Amino acid sequence: MDILIVLPVLIPFATSIVMLLCWSRRDIHRFLNVVGAVLLLIASLVLLNSVAHNGVHATQLGNWPAPFGISFVADLFSAIMVVIAGLTAVVGAVYSLGSMDQARERFGYYPLLHTMFMGICGAFLTGDIFNLYVWFEVLLISSFVLMALGGERAQLEGSIKYVTLNLLSSALFLSAVGILYGAVGTLNMADLAQQLSLLDQPGIVLTLAMLFLVAFGIKAAIFPLFAWLPASYHTPPIAVSAIFAGLLTKVGVYSLIRVFSLLFVQNITLTHGLILILAGLTMVTGVLGAVAQNEFRRVLAFHSISQIGYMIMGLGLFTQLALAGAIFYIMHHTVVKMNLFLVSGIVHRLRGSYELKDLGDVYKTHPWLAILFLISAFSLAGFPPLFGFWAKLMLVQAGLQAEHYVIAATALLVGLLTAFSMAKIWAEAFWKKAPTPAQPNTRNLGFMVAPVVGLTLITIAVGLVTQPFYDLMVDAANQLADPSAYIAAVQSASLALR
Amino acid sequence: MYSLILATATRLLIPLMLIFSIFLLIRGHNEPGGGFVGGLVVGAAFTLYAAVYGVSQAQNALRFDPKRIVAVGLLVALVSGLLAFFQGLPLMTGLWYPQPLPVIGKVGTPLLFDVGVYLVVIGITATIMFTLFEVEGE
Repeated sequence: MDILIVLPVLIPFATSIVMLLCWSRRDIHRFLNVVGAVLLLIASLVLLNSVAHNGVHATQLGNWPAPFGISFVADLFSAIMVVIAGLTAVVGAVYSLGSMDQARERFGYYPLLHTMFMGICGAFLTGDIFNLYVWFEVLLISSFVLMALGGERAQLEGSIKYVTLNLLSSALFLSAVGILYGAVGTLNMADLAQQLSLLDQPGIVLTLAMLFLVAFGIKAAIFPLFAWLPASYHTPPIAVSAIFAGLLTKVGVYSLIRVFSLLFVQNITLTHGLILILAGLTMVTGVLGAVAQNEFRRVLAFHSISQIGYMIMGLGLFTQLALAGAIFYIMHHTVVKMNLFLVSGIVHRLRGSYELKDLGDVYKTHPWLAILFLISAFSLAGFPPLFGFWAKLMLVQAGLQAEHYVIAATALLVGLLTAFSMAKIWAEAFWKKAPTPAQPNTRNLGFMVAPVVGLTLITIAVGLVTQPFYDLMVDAANQLADPSAYIAAVQSASLALR
Repeated sequence: MYSLILATATRLLIPLMLIFSIFLLIRGHNEPGGGFVGGLVVGAAFTLYAAVYGVSQAQNALRFDPKRIVAVGLLVALVSGLLAFFQGLPLMTGLWYPQPLPVIGKVGTPLLFDVGVYLVVIGITATIMFTLFEVEGE
């Protein structure tokens, strides 16, 4: 039971160590990259299965009991996030084989990728708020290098904005942790949940809640803190963009949901009401920004922001159905948005550009690719019977049940605008006649197409067989809404120490 | 630029720095010191060496590729954490040899972890320093 929780951290760690040991062997890096990612996915699925059947898992690293030692906790939400990370790792690993250039591969692209996955899984699994900060640093520093690796002009410009704003967010996070420790005297999240509910200082608690909201809000790219995302996500190689868009902002969303369901639930009308307003503004500004863009990856990057709004909306409503919808939406968005980025990479291979005005004719020359794009685009906009439809349905239904009609209407309207901006990509890149003939580069294209097909199949399959996923999300949301199982697991893990 | 004074002093200083780094490493678990600061002292020693005799000489003196030192260090740290797991204890539990050894004192997996950190810091500082010196030399 113990090893299952730490395996998602150990596997990427061991993978990048072995890669470092054979630094100059590009072939070994490419091979281990896929092996490590597949092992991570398997380990995450085993963990999810075990958590679903045996309840929340917890372990105390270093054999130190709970408020002092570092807890690792896997409830359903964490386990689902780790599975998403594993899926992203496999897809990103295979796609990189076809799309990454040799220079980047020589300069340690693959070890960095796996170090980042180690940080991401650590962030999902830790039960200690300071340890969460440490994992954030692990994943951020790897992501800084991944973003800048290659040193193209646009990349460096994007990296500077990305690094600056993320460091600012880390500084806020660290200050918030410091104040939290000063106020309550503990950093263990299960212990914090109990201590904060006893603390009779609403001013301090509210201040802390707002500090965490801003710190994680920057990472998650919510309104009005998202400026770094559209400035940077389109600059690195497409595999990196896809992994970042699919997973990195979700770490911020995960932290927001974790903190605002476990720790800061003293004044729900104020905090979660604010989150709900921010969610609505995030959705609207994101989608309007996307409509104004004229570059394939920029449209998608701006779009990610509006989708973050949906996830935050689930947190803001804070009913069980809404939380379940938020988790479902995180899953959906990772699959679909990553897929759209991957498709844009294939289109770039075929047409040699990301600018919508230079593209065209893809439907005529590669109809299969156009269909793959269309399925993901429709899912993103929320067309039945695809994955995204159910995720949106859950959120809108939760909004109506909670009688927040404005946010439910916003969610529906933004869905329409999403369809509009997807239609714009469709019309420009796939449908219209291309202004110039292109020389397609089909080297290793199979490695790029296979993940896209896989993700599209997932999009369709989850849409058609929704019930088991729905049940899982509802169970996960129940654990979030009532954290007693989480707290009890940490306590019993401490009591079991020898 | 070669300086006789610096070269002579370096020959005396480097052994002292290396011994001091080992001292810091071993003392580190319960008192100020540890793998990190010990590794930095080694890094400083090699920086001094490179400043006097040039980067290629320093690379020869280090013998191993710095990246490989980092990898070995990480591996040592990982193994130190896993040893407890193979004993059926939670990951990274400190295991201690019951009797203190002469000179070194108590040894256990935390010391092994510190050795890993020591190697990682040596490797990283060497990588950074070699890169910077090479850029300057161009």
